[in-house]
Amino acid sequence: MKKQITITINGEQHAVEVEPRTLLVHLIREQLSMTGTHIGCDTSSCGACTILLDGKSIKSCTVLAIQADGKSVQTVEGLAAPGEMHPIQEGFKECHGLQCGFCTPGMMMRAVELLEHNPNPTEEEIRWGISGNLCRCTGYNNIVRAIQYAGAKMQGKETPSTEPTFV
Amino acid sequence: MNCKTSREVGGMGHSLKRKEDSRFLAGKGNYVDDVKLPGMLHMDIVRSPYAYAKIKSIDASEALKIPGVIAVVTGKDLEQYNLHWMPTLMSDTQMVLPTDTVMYQSQEVAAVIATDRYTARDGKEAVKVEYEPMKPVIDPYKSLDPEAPVLRTDKEGKTDNHIWHWEVGDKDKTSKLFEEAEVVVKEQMHIPRIHVASIETCGCVADYDKVNNHLTMYMTTQAPHAIRTVIALVAGHVGLTEEKVRVISPDIGGGFGGKVPVYPGYVIAIAVSFLVGKPIKWVEDRSENLQADSFARDYHITAEMAGTKDGKILGTRFKILADHGYTDASANPSKFPTGLFSIGTGSYDYDTAFMEADAVYTNKPPGGVAYRCSFRVTEAVHAIERITDRFALEIGKDPADLRMQNFIKKDQFPWKSPTGWEYDSGDYHAGLQKAMDTLGYWDLRKEQEEKRKRGELMGIGISTFTEIVGAGPSKDFDILGIKMFDSAEIRVHPTGKAIARFGTKSQGQGHETTYAQIIAEELGIPAENIQVEEGDTDTAPYGLGTYASRSTPTAGAAAAMAARKLRDKAKKIAAHLLEVSEDDLEWEVGKFFVKGAPEKSKTIQEIVFAAYTNHPQGMEAGFEATHYYDPPNLTFPSGAYICVVDIDNETAEIKIRRFVAIDDCGNIINPMIVQGQVHGGLTQGLAPAMYEELIYDEEGNILNGTFMDYLLPTAVESPNWETGHTITPSPHHPIGAKGVGESPTVGAPPAIANAIVDALSHLGVTHMDIPITPYKVWKVLNEKGIVQ
Repeated sequence: MKKQITITINGEQHAVEVEPRTLLVHLIREQLSMTGTHIGCDTSSCGACTILLDGKSIKSCTVLAIQADGKSVQTVEGLAAPGEMHPIQEGFKECHGLQCGFCTPGMMMRAVELLEHNPNPTEEEIRWGISGNLCRCTGYNNIVRAIQYAGAKMQGKETPSTEPTFV
Repeated sequence: MNCKTSREVGGMGHSLKRKEDSRFLAGKGNYVDDVKLPGMLHMDIVRSPYAYAKIKSIDASEALKIPGVIAVVTGKDLEQYNLHWMPTLMSDTQMVLPTDTVMYQSQEVAAVIATDRYTARDGKEAVKVEYEPMKPVIDPYKSLDPEAPVLRTDKEGKTDNHIWHWEVGDKDKTSKLFEEAEVVVKEQMHIPRIHVASIETCGCVADYDKVNNHLTMYMTTQAPHAIRTVIALVAGHVGLTEEKVRVISPDIGGGFGGKVPVYPGYVIAIAVSFLVGKPIKWVEDRSENLQADSFARDYHITAEMAGTKDGKILGTRFKILADHGYTDASANPSKFPTGLFSIGTGSYDYDTAFMEADAVYTNKPPGGVAYRCSFRVTEAVHAIERITDRFALEIGKDPADLRMQNFIKKDQFPWKSPTGWEYDSGDYHAGLQKAMDTLGYWDLRKEQEEKRKRGELMGIGISTFTEIVGAGPSKDFDILGIKMFDSAEIRVHPTGKAIARFGTKSQGQGHETTYAQIIAEELGIPAENIQVEEGDTDTAPYGLGTYASRSTPTAGAAAAMAARKLRDKAKKIAAHLLEVSEDDLEWEVGKFFVKGAPEKSKTIQEIVFAAYTNHPQGMEAGFEATHYYDPPNLTFPSGAYICVVDIDNETAEIKIRRFVAIDDCGNIINPMIVQGQVHGGLTQGLAPAMYEELIYDEEGNILNGTFMDYLLPTAVESPNWETGHTITPSPHHPIGAKGVGESPTVGAPPAIANAIVDALSHLGVTHMDIPITPYKVWKVLNEKGIVQ
């Protein structure tokens, strides 16, 4: 029953056996023990499992592992070397864009693709751009700021102030 | 913000970036579903398709034929160990697994244990259960009809579906007032059943070690210590006494009250692990989470206010019908069946009130948790803030003016409320004024007047709420008899760096940063050098956990008190080192110096080092302290929120144009974190105001039990929140703080509802129940002939 597939995750090639029904998210989390990608629902609604598949942000709970055969996956673990930060990670930290951290990996992976296509998104474009990812803690204000910060940083521009506007 | 410490020390008032973020950002958080133990088995749960039915048979034979399915556990199996029922926090009883009857749709019926997640699900599909459906009781009002079936036939002598009656205030005085008052307004309100829906669902890994007779329970719990005690109380008879139980609450992906209760899945996992001697993982999926875990709210409230024609509020009267589902599994302090609903007299100066509540059983899931709110405060605030607006509308007074006229004044604190609370401090006039100035309130009122002339719909809604948090003083507050103190233990190492442990458990609130800041403030040790740990009952001191905005008021206070014990010790050591008397020493952040000779000083790091290397003879060596803080009173944060909405008079789309929130949570530990808490709470206030409601049909089928149809606000629905603060320190709290995590969830819904009703009030609308959807508004516009 099991199928052999080859999948490149964060630059490393893995040859693995999966059941045809195995979801990509379960391959990543359970077989390959990369638990940074999370599961928050069973209807492809929350986006906690968002990863990049051949550079496109997708919900890995909605893709079968065998559909990723021969493809390249990037997860939160692949954003930066240990101890270093990708601009999106830095933006989330500097702008307090996370609280419990559960939606954060998916939110960041979505934001990475968003910024790739649109390096200078407006607030509205960011809000629509992350509308497939649910956050229950932050109220989204600071996630928007975090993505703007990362956009500036990735272009080598001056980053916006990260001081809270709580006056 | 004024800070006593430098940014490097990072005490109170600094917007330090969070210490916990690095692991979350790297994907290295450790949530319960990330726990993987050798030999671990997976559990899935068979659930009832019916709201009320007899179980005629459970046939597991096909399931057990599936390779990898290890066992199927039913209520009859648990009955042998007397584990088929468990107590609730409110002294009711709840089934772990049923032996004969299911009481709500999606109730646990049997558990399937298998070698992996997918096989467990296969097994679940293969279990055949034969039911005999019965007519359920869904409407709480009909639940009290004499002809309604008695649901809790397990309770001997029970002849109806009434659970309890509660009341507070002066009934006769209130009746007399309402008979004689110039103006009386009344509205019927439903605060609907909703779900916290933290993005991480609930789950556990129960790991029973037969050799050592020891249970390690990894669990999504906001209150690990209390859970350990509960496990020992429930399972002590099979040998799991409290020293044999370790509860570990790892990183939690949002709690909001939904991770306070003990759900059947946890208990089944423990029982199975105990029986098979292997680790059992149970992680519910989202649909199970929405359909079976504790709900919040579901109060039907008749709210009344009495006053004078010129706007003086004289009294309030609230009557509640509480739908608890099939058992009262509320998460309240034991003596408070309606939680702290009695804060519902609000921020206004009057002395007459009466509140009463009746709770009933229905064939719905049990619960009654907070949804980011201190024990039923949201229901109370909604009632008072809506009825206050209703009163303003009745007498034709601006709701801002009416509130300013009736606020308890700053110099009236401490203020005794008609329901018995002593509000610690507040400056309600300043908060509302700041919100109005930020918004340009009177200009908006002019704009609204102009727009009405043109037939455009715009509304402005105010909510000026008083919260009640920090439960609580031991004279009144306990859970299952355990007093609601909380704790901190600080150990400072010889090199002056520290570890601090707490009885609470962060679920995103940022305790690893804010607790370190409190200690930094008190001892001058940089927050960066203070490691904070929570959630492991083997290492942390006992505490009641994190919910009801209690962490800063209780454990935060304990941190300051423990640090002050250490400062006292530090003073003795400094006197020894400097060869002066203690009276000659003065404290400045991070060091003691000799009065009049500031060059003679010892830093906290030098003092701590001496505590290990050169401590005075007769003094205990080392540098550590523990404090269990029993608060003398609750704290009373407040806020003034104003919402501006525009409603499309053709599509009825409701757009929040602006929302200004001014919060007063006393002294602020970390403004960045407080603001983040306010943002998040506001979106969780928006959610029930406009989107969320768990809906059941008359057969008890849940109609929106998945994320496809239970609508959490996304970044698109959530507006750009405008936030600010005033500071009125709590006079009794060691650092003058009050707690903030839930204020915005409590305060936002009535501001939004008031704004929408205000937009429609000239059409004769006086009240609308939340969630106020475009369809509800469209129906009103249609009735009034504005849209066809």
